[in-house]
Amino acid sequence: MLKMILVVAEQRGGALNRATWETIAAAQQLASGQPVTVVVPGSGKSAVATELATAQVKEVVTVDHATLDLYTPDGYTAALRQAIEQLAPTTVLLPHTYQTRDFAPQLAARMDRALITDVVAIKNAGGEAMFVRPMFQGKLTADVVPQGPVPHFITCQIGAFRADQAARGTSPAPVRSLAITADATAIRQKPEAPFQEARQAVDLSQAERIVAVGRGIKGQEHLPVAQKLADALGAELAASRPICDAGWLPMERQIGSSGQTVAPKLYVALGISGAIQHLVGMKGSRTIVAINKDADAPIFEVADYGIAGDLFEMVPAIVAELQK
Amino acid sequence: MQIAVCIKQVPTREWQPRLDDARTWIREQDASFEMNEPDAYALEASLRLKEKHGGEVVVCSAGPARVAQVVREALARGADRAIHVEDDRLGSADAFVVAEALAGAMKDERFDLVLTGLQSDDQGFAQTGVVLAERLGLPHATIIMDVQVDVQGVPGESTPAVRVKRELEGGWFQWVAMPLPAVLTIQSGINQLRYATLKGIMAAKKKEIRKVTPAAFAPRQKIVSIYVPEKGKKTQMIAGSPAEAAKELVRRLREEARVI
Repeated sequence: MLKMILVVAEQRGGALNRATWETIAAAQQLASGQPVTVVVPGSGKSAVATELATAQVKEVVTVDHATLDLYTPDGYTAALRQAIEQLAPTTVLLPHTYQTRDFAPQLAARMDRALITDVVAIKNAGGEAMFVRPMFQGKLTADVVPQGPVPHFITCQIGAFRADQAARGTSPAPVRSLAITADATAIRQKPEAPFQEARQAVDLSQAERIVAVGRGIKGQEHLPVAQKLADALGAELAASRPICDAGWLPMERQIGSSGQTVAPKLYVALGISGAIQHLVGMKGSRTIVAINKDADAPIFEVADYGIAGDLFEMVPAIVAELQK
Repeated sequence: MQIAVCIKQVPTREWQPRLDDARTWIREQDASFEMNEPDAYALEASLRLKEKHGGEVVVCSAGPARVAQVVREALARGADRAIHVEDDRLGSADAFVVAEALAGAMKDERFDLVLTGLQSDDQGFAQTGVVLAERLGLPHATIIMDVQVDVQGVPGESTPAVRVKRELEGGWFQWVAMPLPAVLTIQSGINQLRYATLKGIMAAKKKEIRKVTPAAFAPRQKIVSIYVPEKGKKTQMIAGSPAEAAKELVRRLREEARVI
């Protein structure tokens, strides 16, 4: 069957979300030479379209309408449905961002088409694409195929495909705008402007070394154990989401999809199992050390050095060794 | 206010995965189960809204007979009654199948608000709540940190409304208002969970659990195989006593990785 792959770009206020390039890389792999088109929803985003036109794609299609100025799931669903019906793709790829998570299931449900989320790799099995996705908090991986008529919707996990591997064209791809009709009164959500709660006092993205704690630390009273290691390494202390949710460390020290994304020289994960939401925030670190009681914890899949052991025994021993 | 909270039963965090013979699902008989964590926060948010605005909290769950455990637990924590859409196939079903099973059982209830967790700790689709909203014909918002119900409604409109705080990425947030009824998917950690009291556990035994059989099954995805992840990196595991392992780790960080 002839394939036509459509990538839905993500932009906010005219700034392209970099994960779009990762999705283009995934689309080019899936297309294996057949055409890829990029659609840019949002009002008057010509700079974004020009940037995306440097990719090796058939065309970049902008969908401009006043109802898309401030993101709403109703607005995006109505607009993208029309774009998809006109462009008739066989697969629609999106970056697995919080925004995609908000509207893609609505769009797929309205069109009654399959949606496979959080895809980390694409396999080819006898001409049929299989989509690889984590399950059970990363403890297992599944090869999944969509069922039912096309187009199928696929969301690509952040960091799973490499933006720098997205092929660039020898000349810019054509950019055209696609007209849609939209009724502003049909949009049920009334969004306010996005805001930041407090200025980030700690910029973990600049830290050279990070010691991060997870549920394995068991209680706030044990944090000094990790702090001593951080001090001995000259590292910043950080945490996975449950630790910050519990209020044991401030939110600004949270690593992961809802917190900061970091890529230090050294990342030491203490008692962190490695849920996907955490991994996306730290797997770009140059050297990763994981210490966890559970030898099967997913964190060991991204670690360079692993110790399956009790952090309360291991960490003091490492501190003692560093101080020798 | 009539509040529905959709909860899923998932394997516990400590569960060590084992696969079934076909290697397309887990060996459920070896697993122990618990309430999906984000759904527990949705339940807590529901109970707090009921305490503030009055009304009823109805637990809705789609799954095999085993999910009665988490339904009872939710009733013991303070939910008023439950709807259990029961079918063995729902345990491993995709988000569309689960959402459609729930929608079929919920559509005649006239809920003002439907809450659920933002995703499940088993298959982790992050779709069910949104698909459910679409099938019920309701507006939705996802990854919610705070829920403010305004029974007076938004200015200029007479319908009751809800204003919610959405979490965006990288420390950004956004308030969004929409008319009721609506579906919200709740982020983990937004409140302090309560535990069931003995009184609550006793009271739960008398609460109604309505069983519903799902109408149709139309899977939108198929698991071809399921397996323990292939390691992307060559992880060097360091063994030995704590002192030995510490010595070896520090040596490698200094000499191999050169990061300290």
